[in-house]
Amino acid sequence: MFTTFFFALRDAKLPVTLREYLTLLEALKAGIARFNIDEFYYLARATLVKDERNLDKFDRVFGTIFKGIESTGAEGETAEIPEEWLRKLAELYLSDEEMKKIQAMGDWDKLMETLQQRLNEQKDRHQGGNKWIGTAGTSPFGAYGYNPEGIRIGQDKGRHGRAVKVWDKREFKNLDDSVELGTRNIKVALRRLRRFVREGAAEELDLDGTIRSTAHKGFLDIHMRPERHNTVKLLLFFDVGGSMDSYIQLCEELFSAARSEFKHMEYFYFHNCLYERVWQDNRRRNAEVIPTFDVLHKYPHDYKVIFIGDASMSPYEIVYPGGSVEHWNEESGEAWMRRTLDIYNRAVWLNPVAEKYWQHTPSIKMMQELMGGRMYPLTLEGLDRAMRELMH
Amino acid sequence: MTQPTKFTGTDNYVATEDLMLAVNAALTLKRPLLIKGEPGTGKTVLAAEVARALGRDLIEWHVKSTTKAQQGLYEYDAVSRLRDSQLGDERVHDIKNYIRRGKLWEAFTAEKPAILLIDEIDKADIEFPNDLLQELDRMEFFVYETGETVKAQDRPLVIITSNNEKELPDAFLRRCFFHYIKFPDRDTMNQIVDVHYPNIQKDLVREALSIFYDIRDVPGLKKKPSTSELLDWLKLLMHEDLPVNLLKERDPKKLIPPLHGALLKNEQDVHLFERLAFMSRRDGR
Repeated sequence: MFTTFFFALRDAKLPVTLREYLTLLEALKAGIARFNIDEFYYLARATLVKDERNLDKFDRVFGTIFKGIESTGAEGETAEIPEEWLRKLAELYLSDEEMKKIQAMGDWDKLMETLQQRLNEQKDRHQGGNKWIGTAGTSPFGAYGYNPEGIRIGQDKGRHGRAVKVWDKREFKNLDDSVELGTRNIKVALRRLRRFVREGAAEELDLDGTIRSTAHKGFLDIHMRPERHNTVKLLLFFDVGGSMDSYIQLCEELFSAARSEFKHMEYFYFHNCLYERVWQDNRRRNAEVIPTFDVLHKYPHDYKVIFIGDASMSPYEIVYPGGSVEHWNEESGEAWMRRTLDIYNRAVWLNPVAEKYWQHTPSIKMMQELMGGRMYPLTLEGLDRAMRELMH
Repeated sequence: MTQPTKFTGTDNYVATEDLMLAVNAALTLKRPLLIKGEPGTGKTVLAAEVARALGRDLIEWHVKSTTKAQQGLYEYDAVSRLRDSQLGDERVHDIKNYIRRGKLWEAFTAEKPAILLIDEIDKADIEFPNDLLQELDRMEFFVYETGETVKAQDRPLVIITSNNEKELPDAFLRRCFFHYIKFPDRDTMNQIVDVHYPNIQKDLVREALSIFYDIRDVPGLKKKPSTSELLDWLKLLMHEDLPVNLLKERDPKKLIPPLHGALLKNEQDVHLFERLAFMSRRDGR
């Protein structure tokens, strides 16, 4: 019945399963949504989407699949579009010449028509409108924060609450998990990295154990057990300075989240690539350096290692001795990376650079290879994948 | 009087169209409904209102970090049995006397289909939802101590709320309907206020709402005021009988709204707001 829709959702990486699809069909059969696209949209959303981060993706797919169903009567309601939008639109889509021409004609309808045409063209050229007005594709939203569907000509402001409006608005955009990161969310992601083990002094009364043992022996036999602790131990290596400056906020958030989440956590700074020395205080980094060897010797191999850096540098800085931009390094960064990874087999690299640009920077590719493919983007979703990698 | 079988909101709860549909879908197919949303958007209240609207009993199970799934089914009170055995109590011979029923048991065996609220499921341990999978899916469970199977005669409507502190397992999610209550827009908010304070002056609401949404738009607030806070604030405003003009005044010197304590719950937010007020005053000159 709706198999196209179902597969379109799966193609868009929405985790929908057969079971949910069957539930949707069952609900339709039970007559929950009756011949009304709005109700169908709500029902499909309640059945198929289980995470608000996916609502935006769902809206996009729904918009493309069921486009046209709701289009009747859309034309001719143009008058209610806020003038401001129109002005901005006109600036964007019409050349100066055309603007003048239209102004000369003074024809409102003509203006609308041209705009509509322009928008349609624009939509066709960029598939799905993903990279619309945005600069260099960084944002699916245009300069004015609307998406093409949202400012579709003929979208009447007064028809508030109609579903087509709802899914066209895509108001859940900022919940998409490849975009937003905040400390709280980072903490949630970091919680994957928990392994509770009872270790140490037995200080807690083990009630179940006591009862079992008492019943078994026939006299009161008290059992004690140690408290539960998170035994995961973590080493963080942060790249600082240079190209990392633009990601400082992101790194700070990750750092503060990690700090509150783990008891056994040590952090070190490096610049661009890991060499024979690291430091813990950026203000005194020339005076108080720690030899990397000391770090490797001090923390046993059961520590998990996370590198945070953009890995964007000259390939020489990784491959050649003396390649560092700051000092003369006797051994190459590559050697130091390998040495570290040999000791800590649970290691990942988090890269704040968006994943799609990685292949364009040779040093990122090299680092990716050094890490054995364990490089993840510094987004919630990437963090999640990284934590899974560290845990298994 | 026959009870309604569909939920259409109540006289003091404004349900949006999509929320109603989600509730009704869960009611019809008798599957659990998972509700998420910003704090203060009425997640927990929903269950109570659905119960009221449908004339059903509400069974609430508030989950804490120490809550175990087993506690929702039943608990075997071994300690009292041990004590009773030493005191020679007659009850000791029947193990049933020491089985304490949990909320799920209550809901399953209720005479007419009940509404079970599992509040803040994300507070519990990560394994918690997994442990309830079968129980919520089949609506039955087995009591090992007595060897009986508790099975729901009429499947209750299970409403689960989550604040996203932990992710829920996929297998659990697949069995639920899901609804995300988004923050109400101005029109819905007007209705909500209307439902709570029917006699409030319209212009007071208008002014208060615009201040409220202004505050929510202030970037960098640690905690944005929510619906319940707006309602409290309006109540205070009505109680104090402040003249509407006071809210209307856009005098930059009084940019901090009256009785702001009801809206801003964090001293850093109040400071931030004061600083912004100060800056706008400076710019105003």
